[in-house]
Amino acid sequence: MFVHPSFRSFLFRLFTFALLLPVPFCKAQEKPYFVTYSTDLEEPGNLEIAFKGLSASPKDANAFASHTLEMEYGATAWWTTEVYLQGQSTSNDSTIFNGFRLENRFRPLPREYFVTPVIYLEYENVNEADKSIMEVTGNDGIGDFRVPNAESRATVAHTVEGKLILSSNVGGWNFSESTIAEKNLSNHPWEFGYALGVARPLALTASAAACVFCRQNFDAGAEIYGGLGTHASFGLHDTSHYAGPVVDFRIPNGPTLSFSPQFGLNDNSVGTLWRFKLSYELQQIRDIFKRKDAQ
Amino acid sequence: MTRRTLPLFLYLLLASFAVTVHAQADGKWLHRVPDEDRARTNPFAHQSQPAAAGKQLFGQNCSKCHGADANGHNNRPSLRSERIRHATDGELAWMLKNGNPYKGMPPWSSLPEQQRWQIIAYLRSLPSAGKP
Repeated sequence: MFVHPSFRSFLFRLFTFALLLPVPFCKAQEKPYFVTYSTDLEEPGNLEIAFKGLSASPKDANAFASHTLEMEYGATAWWTTEVYLQGQSTSNDSTIFNGFRLENRFRPLPREYFVTPVIYLEYENVNEADKSIMEVTGNDGIGDFRVPNAESRATVAHTVEGKLILSSNVGGWNFSESTIAEKNLSNHPWEFGYALGVARPLALTASAAACVFCRQNFDAGAEIYGGLGTHASFGLHDTSHYAGPVVDFRIPNGPTLSFSPQFGLNDNSVGTLWRFKLSYELQQIRDIFKRKDAQ
Repeated sequence: MTRRTLPLFLYLLLASFAVTVHAQADGKWLHRVPDEDRARTNPFAHQSQPAAAGKQLFGQNCSKCHGADANGHNNRPSLRSERIRHATDGELAWMLKNGNPYKGMPPWSSLPEQQRWQIIAYLRSLPSAGKP
């Protein structure tokens, strides 16, 4: 996958900085999904730094790679806040910065239920050259990828997005669903989308011995997501949809690696999306900023 | 207040509310445990292998807040306290699954139930507070 050298250098420096921080690493609790959210929040005081990559070669358009840097902080046990920085490289075109997103997830209920909800609120300041496909809403489709960067980056969308995230954990399986509503603040209609995911660890009991390649360190599952039109044209007409398997590997006391090939389900979708994610969770990073005499 | 500063103000307001609500464990959660959950027993009770696996899980998921020796640190509660020792396995399982989000304890429902029981088996193998 092509990553622009300057962006690669920035990532290298960021992860080097993370490695040098005097805090322990830990496996993330989250599921292997790329678009679907589960109701797992970041543990309070932890900071997760993740790099998400996506590569694709749409029909009748230039191949591209999207890079997203994600920083997720557990403010409390019921509130997680995130910042995303996004860019993309398009072959025979250019490498550009797309913008940022601010995201918050709230757990409104004080305990788990058979179906547990989480409320998601996001503000996006991203130009229309964004190719991260972090969600699909409205009538997003393959035509969006055929516009040259110089043209699409000129329009910056200020967007608010809400999701109702629902999850169930039954017999080791996680079932998650996100209903998405998105509104471009520039007099655009409400757009809707969905994402569904199911995943399970390969082993439900942990090994007594410390091991790296134990089955409990792997998760596998699948997800499907797509657009549902706008409030004026709600439905599946002229929308795009994707589905594919998801796997992750949580290296004990190290990073988590996730991978997913995802396949377009209709002619308005990109044929294949290759996604991967590398994430580090820095534990109790806020303890660094506490006064020594308070410890 | 300008349109630019309003989102920042709301963000800070929310953050200060979160810090205010965030408090330490006080044991009131024990009263919220339903009777049927309280009566549950650990399928791995008194077994050394699950307790050893629980120790691995504790190190990966719990020690960051409760300390490597489970004695607590930075105002986070000890898991070797009398309250924990007197709690039933079912009560601890309920707490691990549901957490106590408004008191700082996240739910661990995403861990498979068997692994939560392994953690409880490990906690039961620990000596009481103050002992090595």
